[in-house]
Amino acid sequence: MADVLAFENVSIAYDHRSGRQNILRDVSFTIADGEALGLVGESGCGKSTVALAAMRYLPRGMSIVEGRILVEGRDTAGLTDHELSRIRGNRIAMVYQDPMSSLNPVMPIGRQLMEVPLLHGETDEAAAFRRAVAMLEEVRLPGAAAMMERYPHQLSGGQQQRVVIAMALMAEPALLIMDEPTTGLDVTIEAAILELVRELRAKFGTAILFISHNLGTVARICDRIGVLYAGRLVETGNIASVFHAPAHPYTRGLLGALPRLHGGRRRGRLRPIEGTIAAADRARMGCAFAPRCVYAVRHECEERPVPMVPANGSDAHLARCVRLDAIRASAADAPTIGNDEPVAGDAPILLSVRNLTKEYKLGGMFGGTGKVVRALTDVDLDARAGETLAIVGESGCGKSTLAKIISGLLTATSGEALIGGTDVATIPVDIRPPDLRRQVQMVFQNPDSTLNPSHSIAYALTRPLRLLRNLANRDAKAEVSKLLAQVRLPADMAERMPHQLSGGQRQRVAIARALAGNPGLMVADEPVSALDVSVQAAILNLLAELLESSQLGLVLISHDLALVRHMADRVAVMYLGRIVEYGPVEQVFAPPYHPYTAALLAAAPTPDPDAEPPDRVLEGSMPSPTDVIVGCPFASRCPERIAGLCETTPPPVRRFGEHRIACHLDLDGTPAQPAAETGGRVGIRSSIS
Amino acid sequence: MTEIIHDIGRPRAAPGLGLAGDAHVGLLRQVLNILTRSPLATVGASILLAWSLLALLAPWVSPYPPNRIDVALVADPYPSAAHWLGVDHLGRDILSRLIWGARTVLTVAPIAVLGAVVLGVFLGLVSGYRGGFIDAVIMRIGDTLLAFPKIILYLIIIAKFGASAFNIIAVITLSSAPIIARIVRGVTLDVKNRDYVAAARMRGESALFIMFVEILPNARGPLIVDFFLRLGYTTIAIGVLGFLGVGLPPPDPDWGGMVKEAYGMIFVWPHMTIIPALAISSLVIGANFLATGLREASLDG
Amino acid sequence: MLRYSAKQLLNMALTLFAVSFLVFALNELSPGDVARKILGPYASESQVDHLTVQMGLDRPAIVRYFEYMGKALTGDFGDSIVFRMPVADLMFDRLGNTLLLAAISFAVIVPLSVVLGVLAGMRERGWFDRTISVFSSMCASIPEFAMGVFLLGIFVVWLGWLPGTSPLRSDSGWAIWMQFVLPVLVVTFYDAGYLIAMVRSSMVEVMRQPYIRTALLKGMSFNRVVSRHALRNALITPFTVILLQLNYLVSGLVVVETLFAYPGFGRMMLEAALAKDIAVIEAGTLIAVSVTMLTQLFGDLGYMALDPRIRV
Repeated sequence: MADVLAFENVSIAYDHRSGRQNILRDVSFTIADGEALGLVGESGCGKSTVALAAMRYLPRGMSIVEGRILVEGRDTAGLTDHELSRIRGNRIAMVYQDPMSSLNPVMPIGRQLMEVPLLHGETDEAAAFRRAVAMLEEVRLPGAAAMMERYPHQLSGGQQQRVVIAMALMAEPALLIMDEPTTGLDVTIEAAILELVRELRAKFGTAILFISHNLGTVARICDRIGVLYAGRLVETGNIASVFHAPAHPYTRGLLGALPRLHGGRRRGRLRPIEGTIAAADRARMGCAFAPRCVYAVRHECEERPVPMVPANGSDAHLARCVRLDAIRASAADAPTIGNDEPVAGDAPILLSVRNLTKEYKLGGMFGGTGKVVRALTDVDLDARAGETLAIVGESGCGKSTLAKIISGLLTATSGEALIGGTDVATIPVDIRPPDLRRQVQMVFQNPDSTLNPSHSIAYALTRPLRLLRNLANRDAKAEVSKLLAQVRLPADMAERMPHQLSGGQRQRVAIARALAGNPGLMVADEPVSALDVSVQAAILNLLAELLESSQLGLVLISHDLALVRHMADRVAVMYLGRIVEYGPVEQVFAPPYHPYTAALLAAAPTPDPDAEPPDRVLEGSMPSPTDVIVGCPFASRCPERIAGLCETTPPPVRRFGEHRIACHLDLDGTPAQPAAETGGRVGIRSSIS
Repeated sequence: MTEIIHDIGRPRAAPGLGLAGDAHVGLLRQVLNILTRSPLATVGASILLAWSLLALLAPWVSPYPPNRIDVALVADPYPSAAHWLGVDHLGRDILSRLIWGARTVLTVAPIAVLGAVVLGVFLGLVSGYRGGFIDAVIMRIGDTLLAFPKIILYLIIIAKFGASAFNIIAVITLSSAPIIARIVRGVTLDVKNRDYVAAARMRGESALFIMFVEILPNARGPLIVDFFLRLGYTTIAIGVLGFLGVGLPPPDPDWGGMVKEAYGMIFVWPHMTIIPALAISSLVIGANFLATGLREASLDG
Repeated sequence: MLRYSAKQLLNMALTLFAVSFLVFALNELSPGDVARKILGPYASESQVDHLTVQMGLDRPAIVRYFEYMGKALTGDFGDSIVFRMPVADLMFDRLGNTLLLAAISFAVIVPLSVVLGVLAGMRERGWFDRTISVFSSMCASIPEFAMGVFLLGIFVVWLGWLPGTSPLRSDSGWAIWMQFVLPVLVVTFYDAGYLIAMVRSSMVEVMRQPYIRTALLKGMSFNRVVSRHALRNALITPFTVILLQLNYLVSGLVVVETLFAYPGFGRMMLEAALAKDIAVIEAGTLIAVSVTMLTQLFGDLGYMALDPRIRV
């Protein structure tokens, strides 16, 4: 039986006014019936082009210049539009990154699902309807029949992606292509979607091409993996083989650059891959990775094409590298050095937040709906000099709102946030006294909007120097070079415009800008989440160096538990505007856990093929912030919920030294509040594998 | 009557992306860059440039004084070697009148549009950045102004104050400013939530600084495109007022007025009407092509 | 939806109130002027004063304003000094003619623009798209009086196929329907030029959306994707704009009416303005503004019906 999909030496080029650009070079792989192949790589490596080429749907200007693409043994090159339309959606179906925009906003989802069988042979509307309902049930959407009438905007992101998956499976295709299907979804939703894919795969026996930048999600789904770099496959093999014994220096780099959830050490150094992909790398005759590779030898690597060779003596694991022997012989990669000493806890407190609450009313000038959004409820925490306080949680948990209140971009409704003895909770930054303003500076998430596209880097750094440190223009200019050096950027970067910088470089400038006023506290809101793994590692290393060489306090907002484990001294876990668990990092990441923390840890994808899949994934999604919560905010999704208690009574705060957990479960701590009536003791899992 | 009403009849969706973020390249190189990429923009810019040069050099290039009457010529008013485009019913040289007429329209239209841009930019920035009550008041006033069809607004004003260049400029400024304000407000609402504006607040920049230095430069793309579109429509508006006989007072040449004067004689001497009609059309086509080309080129990035 | 409509209607009433007061204030705050206009420049001061008192114009403006509005609500807009007849009679006669021309033009413009715009936008940068883009841009650039002159030159002066004036009288030697051809053509060229560009750019935008790719990769043919998935989405944005063309077609036809001596609303307003016929200007403004606001309201309601994401 022929492979469902085969790429044979495929090269794809993009013809542009300024010439031809290689997108893919000599890509070969096969996917057998029922097999799952993961394709990983960083942005711009060409992985989405692989997906579109398999569908024979390339953007205008792009064409296959060499090689063949076979679907179930048929070369797709000679097919007419009509023949293609019988393959698309029928033999190969696709799931996309952004489910909201992949669904037609003005058509009920039922109709969109029914179209698939009606296009591929089914003639009976009623039968198509029944199949659509059945498929919605397969993807675990509640109330499938009623769901058929809904429009996409009436569903949550996770539900939308389930609909897209259902739509892809409607014709029971031989191959399912998933292009970053969980990117942009919260980690608990992602885990549920991945579990669903595993189940459906087992049930329908569909082969999968799974495209992702996230090694962890690939490890959870796939049998085999291919690593793409600058349009070329550099390594392919079984998941276990590649993850345990990566051969190509790029694959080794990717794995080394990831912070690990179970590393157990704080602020070690990650191994970033130096440099960035240059457009010219795609056109190189030899190894595209050579300019960034520490093992590269000029004449061997760069002067002739590099073939795929067996990596560990087996044809099942190939790597495109001529230096494999030398790499194997070299010392194992240096372990990351960190420390896991408990934090001393006597550093001066820079910021003290007490009972902070933020509410706002929905609706416009004429009364509105009368609903009140509770973005934050009674938040308590401290940030200390020289320490990193991480605030972790899923989108909508209030972590960014908290960051903005601390920085003065928003104001609180009640409670206090003390900085140097002044309560700033209700003082917007615009009217904070200059010295207070200087104390707290912020690093933002999106490298595309952190710098004003209309002004140079010099401007971005000079303005804060002049306003926060009152430097004269000339002194400020000298200081700009120092700041750039501090974030490891060359001084001539000052003359550049933001769009001439890579994402990582822009984020470095943003850090330099935050440092310009010599702040006591830096608030970083997801500072690396929009960056590629290798670049992210370099930024995290930079932050770690800065923290070690100064008394700077860092408030780090993140959704990424591995990153938090890697960077933080203390952690606050937030859910629905409340802190559910708080304490030193090594205690929060060890039992006892708040059930939500436990779920987050279980859901986090780790790049380890041996890791057990989560034994339980959270159902549903976070309640709306307009819902009135009487008891525990997590009660609606908690797998350990004590019926009749959790929904009705606010949970007591249990303390274990500095570690505190707000939960009704008996965690063998010392209840700080009067013990609530318990309707029966329920144990909590004491460890997460 | 065309664009005069048009802004109400046709609320234009605010043009999306702009020519953002290329300040370093230098304006001239940027302009050349776009012109080489867009044939449409090149054609448009050439037409505008040609008329501007003629207008600027009118005293030197115009073959005759524009108002010199020579009734003897009316016997054979058609184009000839001496009068390339012929003469009008009073024997005035049509080419000379067109060249001098270009001066009028290329003075009044840009001034009117610039006035609208200055007013609209200021109101739009304040409205978008401040929000709340100020926003509501500014937008409400704008909506009320826009509820008047432009021609009616103008007729009310001439009924009260009479026709003059100043009144034309005033009515165009007043009726265009709310639309520009909306475009700028849209950009402002988007840009004010960008992180770089938060960064500016955090270092203590004043609201005025943020509006004019951080936000406004990012609106220049849509504003440049809109400027040329509006220049075209304003040219139409001035022509229409001239044609209706409520435009700039005679005897100085005014393209719309030329069409009106000769319109009654179209059966006898069609060139007297058709030539000025072609002139005004070409100028508007130039402005619109340039705007469309610029928009396409900037969307291509 | 009902609550929204009610709110918008209230809003409309308030704006109309403001507009009427503004116009009234602009024209009638200096009462001597009104009598002077009626009596002409050679009347003596005492004659003017006498008429002012006789007409009740010496009373406070605010009183006169409410008196005016009270009458206006019952359909009495006063008398026209130029046309020597009640404004209401004059206006509804003229408005009827204009609405007829507007309705015919609208019925031509809308299908034409939608079809051409969709065909152009569905294959961005194809030869048809490029042709239509340049064509529509040129049409929208040629002022109506210029287009009128060109068409008149061709069809009346040169070919002699059509009448040069449209007074809507059958004694002019031309059938009534032929008198409509040129006015409608002129309006169509100019207005469709703009609408085609509008529909096209909305269509282009929609065709770039990921859900179009989703539909194609389901195995649906291109033409079906256009009709099933693209069309409705592509008409959401232009819908309001299309409706708003009614404003232009009601008060904006003054050029066409002047070109072809068509007895319409716009020309009435022009003549009233030239003669400073205040009663006509005031009433006409109120009508024009009401039309604007009503079409806006219908535009909003239709928009909501088309796009399920919008709910009030």
